[in-house]
Amino acid sequence: MLLLAVDTATPAVTVALHDGTSVVAESGQVDARRHGELLLPAVDRVLAEAGVKLDAVTDMVVGVGPGPYTGLRVGLVTAATFGSALSVPVHGLCTLDGLAYAAGRAGLEGPFAVATDARRKEVYWARYDDPRTRVTGPAVDRPADIAAQLAGLPVVGAGAVLYPEAFPDAREPEHVSAGALAALAAERLAAGAELLPPQPLYLRRPDAQVPKNYKVVTPK
Amino acid sequence: MADEPLVLGIETSCDETGVGIVRGTTLLADAVASSVDTHARFGGVVPEIASRAHLEAMVPTIERALKEAGISARDLDGISVTAGPGLAGALLVGVSAAKAYAYALNKPLYGVNHLASHICVDQLEHGPLPEPTMALLVSGGHSSLLLAPDITNDVRPLGATIDDAAGEAFDKIARVLDLGFPGGPVIDRLAKEGDPAAIAFPRGLTGSRDPAYDFSFSGLKTSVARWIEAKRAAGEEVPVRDVAASFQEAVVDVLTRKAVRACKDEGVDHLMIGGGVAANSRLRALAEERCERAGIRLRVPRPGLCTDNGAMVAALGAEMVARNRPASDLELSADSSLPVTDTHVPGALAHDHDHVHEISKDNLYS
Ligand SMILES: [Zn+2]
Repeated sequence: MLLLAVDTATPAVTVALHDGTSVVAESGQVDARRHGELLLPAVDRVLAEAGVKLDAVTDMVVGVGPGPYTGLRVGLVTAATFGSALSVPVHGLCTLDGLAYAAGRAGLEGPFAVATDARRKEVYWARYDDPRTRVTGPAVDRPADIAAQLAGLPVVGAGAVLYPEAFPDAREPEHVSAGALAALAAERLAAGAELLPPQPLYLRRPDAQVPKNYKVVTPK
Repeated sequence: MADEPLVLGIETSCDETGVGIVRGTTLLADAVASSVDTHARFGGVVPEIASRAHLEAMVPTIERALKEAGISARDLDGISVTAGPGLAGALLVGVSAAKAYAYALNKPLYGVNHLASHICVDQLEHGPLPEPTMALLVSGGHSSLLLAPDITNDVRPLGATIDDAAGEAFDKIARVLDLGFPGGPVIDRLAKEGDPAAIAFPRGLTGSRDPAYDFSFSGLKTSVARWIEAKRAAGEEVPVRDVAASFQEAVVDVLTRKAVRACKDEGVDHLMIGGGVAANSRLRALAEERCERAGIRLRVPRPGLCTDNGAMVAALGAEMVARNRPASDLELSADSSLPVTDTHVPGALAHDHDHVHEISKDNLYS
């Protein structure tokens, strides 16, 4: 088994190669505006570091968000295209689950919450009983609206760092790592568990308004 | 000619997910998934809806094109993709897919210009482009007059709209008349039953001191809307067919007049018309008439190749391969405002190799 994992649902552009036992190589860059430019060179670097070619990969793993849409789609379409070109399965995982899993590896046991930046003064968030068990979410809300619900819980991820008033107990890691995502996927695949389809979790409808009547141009 | 380049092209600059496959100037597949119906109730293309639709349609459309062409992806000589101009989020889906595909198959990647692709697509219909070619590109997103001495690296903008695109004017007038979106086809149809001389609508930027090759459709649009509103205010019935015909005539009159003038001024004896509005039957007829009178050969691809599609991107990609233009690199960006003079987006290291390629290899089509 050789998993190639990518996640572009957050400002982190992250890629990892996992052999079923451990992470072989990994790359993580944080740049919210350049997902499109950074992802493929990162894939190339990770493969080169591991000394393998893309066609050795047996499974694609992709973070399906939730995340701001433009960046999120870069990882999803890249994973889907690799899957098609290589004829390998493409598995989706909730990006927040990757963060929860990484927090567990860093020693956090639970319960806790994960929150990432959803922009527009909102966070994408989910609540976990332990690093592998999501019990609420993912959802998108204003920090103040969920602060009471999550009171007393540690909160993992950049959402906590951004809104310390709502989430005073911020915990590491701040950013998503494809290594954690790949490790979680490997664990679930080995256990025969179903992963998600590689489809985006936008959690919001597109901003689009049905225009009312056209604007009359005749001066009044 | 089996040694002509086999190229797959991806187009996602607006609301069509297009994947085309060509061998040189021969069209092998043209798969398009459109989200136009989803946009209709919004009266225009909603960028986020378009981007979401591109993501869903991307891989299935690639696979459909390969099946249609009956070729193996391994045999491709290159992957080309619209790098811009267009909607940023929409472009990014296609560019990301093209990079992944090129990387997975170990093929060169060519980020190309959407407007140059609209011109180059005519090679699939009428054979190699004459050099130079004069091109009039008209759609919901563009209205440009371009001189193309070499479609792979020399396209010169002579003029463009200073406000609305021609297709936008069709959409807006259709909306004033309650005809739905998109406006082009329905206005074309109604205009056939109307009198194009019934109402004298203004021809924008046609004064002797106006820029010779620029267009303006905003004044026309306002004038048509006012005319309709005045009728309605007076309680009279709006003669929809005559309005459609007279409005359409004003648009195509200016477009063809300026295009023919540009040909004469530049001494070019070929005019190609592309973009979605090139499907308009009156534009085709009037252009034919005026070109014939001026001794200019008109080339207009069939309507399906005029609207956005992947075949046009593949056509330009194949020309890039044939002329040994430098490939793009994996950092290729989607550039929503890519200038038309950037016919393609060579990689950062390309410049050193450019000359070597140009002198060491012959142009396949020469
Ligand atoms: Zn176009």
